[in-house]
Amino acid sequence: MHTIGRIHSVETFGTVDGPGIRFVLFMQGCALQCAYCHNPDTWRTDKGREATVDDILAEIEPYVPYYRRSGGGITVTGGEPTLQAPFVARLLAACKRRWGLHTAVDSSGFCDPVHVEELMEATDLVLLDLKLLDRRRHIALTGQPNDRTLAFARWLSERGKPVWIRHVLIPGVTDGAADLTAFGAFVGSLDNVAKFELLPYHRMGVYKWERLGKPYPLAGVPTPEEKDMRRAWTLVEEGMNSRRC
Amino acid sequence: MAMLEEEVRGAARSGRDPWRGFKAGEWQEKIDTAGFITLNVTPYTGDERFLAPPTEATLSLWAQVLELMRQERENGGVLDVDVNTVSTITSHAPGYIDKDKEKIVGLQTDAPLRRAVQPFGGIRMVVDACKAYGYKLPDEMIRLFTDIRKTHNQGVFDAYTTEMRTARKAGIITGLPDAYGRGRIIGDYRRVALYGVDRLIAAKRNDLRELEVCAMSEDVIRQREELSEQIRSLQELKAMAASYGFDISAPAADAREAFQWLYFAYLAAIKEQNGAAMSLGRVSTFLDIYIERDLAEGTLTEAEAQELVDHFVMKLRLVKFLRTPEYNELFSGDPTWVTESIGGMALDGRPLVTRNSFRFLHTLYNLGPAPEPNLTVLWSERLPAAFKNYCAKVSIDTSSIQYENDELMRPLFGDDYGIACCVSAMRIGKQMQFFGARANLAKALLYAINGGVDEKLGIQVGPKLAPLTGETLDYEEVAANYNEVLEWLAGLYMNTLNVIHYMHDKYCYERLEMALHDREIVRTMACGIAGLSVAADSLSAIKYAKVRPVRDERGIAVDFVIEGDYPQYGNNDERVDRIAVELVESFMNKLRKHHAYRNAIPTLSVLTITSNVVYGKKTGSTPDGRKAGEPFAPGANPMHGRDRKGALASLGSVAKIPYASCQDGISNTFSIVPKALGREEETRRANLVSLLDGYTASGGHHLNVNVFNREQLLDAMEHPEKYPQLTIRVSGYAVNFIKLTREQQLDVVNRTFHGSM
Repeated sequence: MHTIGRIHSVETFGTVDGPGIRFVLFMQGCALQCAYCHNPDTWRTDKGREATVDDILAEIEPYVPYYRRSGGGITVTGGEPTLQAPFVARLLAACKRRWGLHTAVDSSGFCDPVHVEELMEATDLVLLDLKLLDRRRHIALTGQPNDRTLAFARWLSERGKPVWIRHVLIPGVTDGAADLTAFGAFVGSLDNVAKFELLPYHRMGVYKWERLGKPYPLAGVPTPEEKDMRRAWTLVEEGMNSRRC
Repeated sequence: MAMLEEEVRGAARSGRDPWRGFKAGEWQEKIDTAGFITLNVTPYTGDERFLAPPTEATLSLWAQVLELMRQERENGGVLDVDVNTVSTITSHAPGYIDKDKEKIVGLQTDAPLRRAVQPFGGIRMVVDACKAYGYKLPDEMIRLFTDIRKTHNQGVFDAYTTEMRTARKAGIITGLPDAYGRGRIIGDYRRVALYGVDRLIAAKRNDLRELEVCAMSEDVIRQREELSEQIRSLQELKAMAASYGFDISAPAADAREAFQWLYFAYLAAIKEQNGAAMSLGRVSTFLDIYIERDLAEGTLTEAEAQELVDHFVMKLRLVKFLRTPEYNELFSGDPTWVTESIGGMALDGRPLVTRNSFRFLHTLYNLGPAPEPNLTVLWSERLPAAFKNYCAKVSIDTSSIQYENDELMRPLFGDDYGIACCVSAMRIGKQMQFFGARANLAKALLYAINGGVDEKLGIQVGPKLAPLTGETLDYEEVAANYNEVLEWLAGLYMNTLNVIHYMHDKYCYERLEMALHDREIVRTMACGIAGLSVAADSLSAIKYAKVRPVRDERGIAVDFVIEGDYPQYGNNDERVDRIAVELVESFMNKLRKHHAYRNAIPTLSVLTITSNVVYGKKTGSTPDGRKAGEPFAPGANPMHGRDRKGALASLGSVAKIPYASCQDGISNTFSIVPKALGREEETRRANLVSLLDGYTASGGHHLNVNVFNREQLLDAMEHPEKYPQLTIRVSGYAVNFIKLTREQQLDVVNRTFHGSM
């Protein structure tokens, strides 16, 4: 197990990135540069620390009883875990083999299915962050087009790999009525969605941008209120239902 | 005693056999509450759906209490003081909140929240407390307890050595119970309900007869005097109950009487003693046996059962002592530590969870959250799933419960132990402790660096060692000096405690509490430490990074410059966790070398409550990077912000601190934002249960659980009036947040909140 991974940090008590209590491994490096990213310190591929699969397994081991007891497991996020697919694949396969842990990968979907075949073999659940269906605005928001992400979502659907689709609601950016219904329609077209999460945009990562000396692109954008979230849910559900009719 | 014969209720008149329906056993022949519980308990494995809302009487009474508490706050923290009466078991006329509505009666004085004068521990504390709150103690009483009747405080200072006084002043040992009642003794208050007072007096008389031995040694003389005092206190207990119209000479015959008898016993204890912690024991499951019988007989409904619990708990929330503002600054708000231990498993493998375990927790909804009584769940993975789930719900909703590892304690203390104060386990009625506050391990480390000179006072306090003068600190040199300082500290500490407890037994003996103990009991000398994480991180910094002391003109290291990273306690990193483990083991072993008063067994706690703030104030900058005056972490917690791998890694470090070396408890306070427990309510509960299961399975001893958003606490600091009942757990205890000092509030807010990112 000498494959080397580049790690940003770990969280031993993750409870929102998959079922149960989870070991959350933050990988270093991301191909996207999302304007609302709350972990911009994970972008650069030359930062972080290097670790072998065995190193990480040793870090997980003390907490395995917690993960098993709670029906939890491990979630690899980042950064973008698929950028280090071979490492993550080996790590997750070992977690399954050794402890029978549930495995999840939290991804932007900005990857080529061919490169992540092995990784998907070892993954029970994909947390897929879908940002915008509009290609042009997706580029503006993340620095990249969304073709790969949408293709990956369909590829996962064809293979019946369970996904949690996550969409961050950013006032003035991702909350257009047409966007949300289109979004719902797209999600409704997939056959593998175990859960859909509409997450309110939050500003808790802003200080990291400041620390990195980067101007925060969404300066002045408010966090959505409860009523905005309800409206968005209604619109997404409308989109989902339109698809079914 | 002004009492009409027809007012006297009780078994004798009603003609009911008080033990009817109970399974017979040895408990009938001798005093054995635990045996009675084992034979008669009805474990409950169902969920909380049977619980009843508050009755109208409860709501009305609680509204009156809240109003009184509001007035108390507005009056500066004390509503009223009866300065003219020295508190004894029978000192005050009966007091009520609203007599006709109260199912359980009895107050410390003749009115709710009127505080009593309890000078036997020390008159100065009473004088100062009165003065601070705008009252004046009559000169005659001051004279009485200065010139005529000696107090515990005076006795202690008669015997303290110069070194003890200096150590106390420097704060290397502090919080000592030398000016007030020591507390942390739990009377088996249940005995009064189960046996009635007459039977208990008869048993004590028998003990006294058995002590008519040929050699009247000092031990025998003392025991005979104590037994006589105990008998006297039981007679006073009966008289006090009679003043409320109850004859408690015979056993309680129904649930209401059982609550009332038991409460009278507890009330007598707190009228006699203003101990630092006046804990209740483990009463809920005992009382459940009476409720079950009444329910079966059809004489009680669930609503009435809950009403008894609510009214009883209301009384426990009204317990108040007259303390100085300095004391409250040390220990937050107005603490009494009326700790009640709930749940746990029986030795025979059955859960000791009953419907009454639920009812006690349910008071946090019926009456709202509160720090008192200090509800402590004895946790085992084997507890019924529905109960565990309910505990998690209550924690998430109220942040008012603490958890302690039953699997760790039961093998040592059996299945009828209770928690005194915060984390101190003891067999109820069979064991007591001599409360010993704590020694400051972080300051001791500075003594090791500065040749025993106190960094704040600039005088020699510790042993005269050669100060370390190298440009950077050498781990081996520091460790060697630290060992010598701890050796000295352990001896001085034990001797100081011996003086304190000798004098407390002599001048402020807990007659009634000890009357509710067996004749032969186990005593522990409960030492404690503060600053564990500061000391461990400091040693780690010296070992794994470069630490350069900055010395002032006196040659005292007043600051430290750290070059490089070092492993920090709270990340489950063996390199530093081992240092923490070795530190407690080594200090415990040093304590064991010394003789403890009354052959007590030395034990150790890692517990600060909120004194971590005051300890920090009294301690200079430390080699871990903590600046002079900054608070320590509470209890065995990692330092704020240094646990960077999430909650489980933090818990992992603390769980390594060995209970075998810290049998007086290892406190850990866990704060988490609701969102970080999961997105849905059900998930949050399940995750909290798994967390508690995992922590106890890994050997962790104690966990305070706070579920809060930091914003809510900040808002409460600005608008206290909006949060009269906001309760948070601090090391081993819960406090009313708005009663904390601003410094303590900031300390809580700045502490690690897991998942706040």
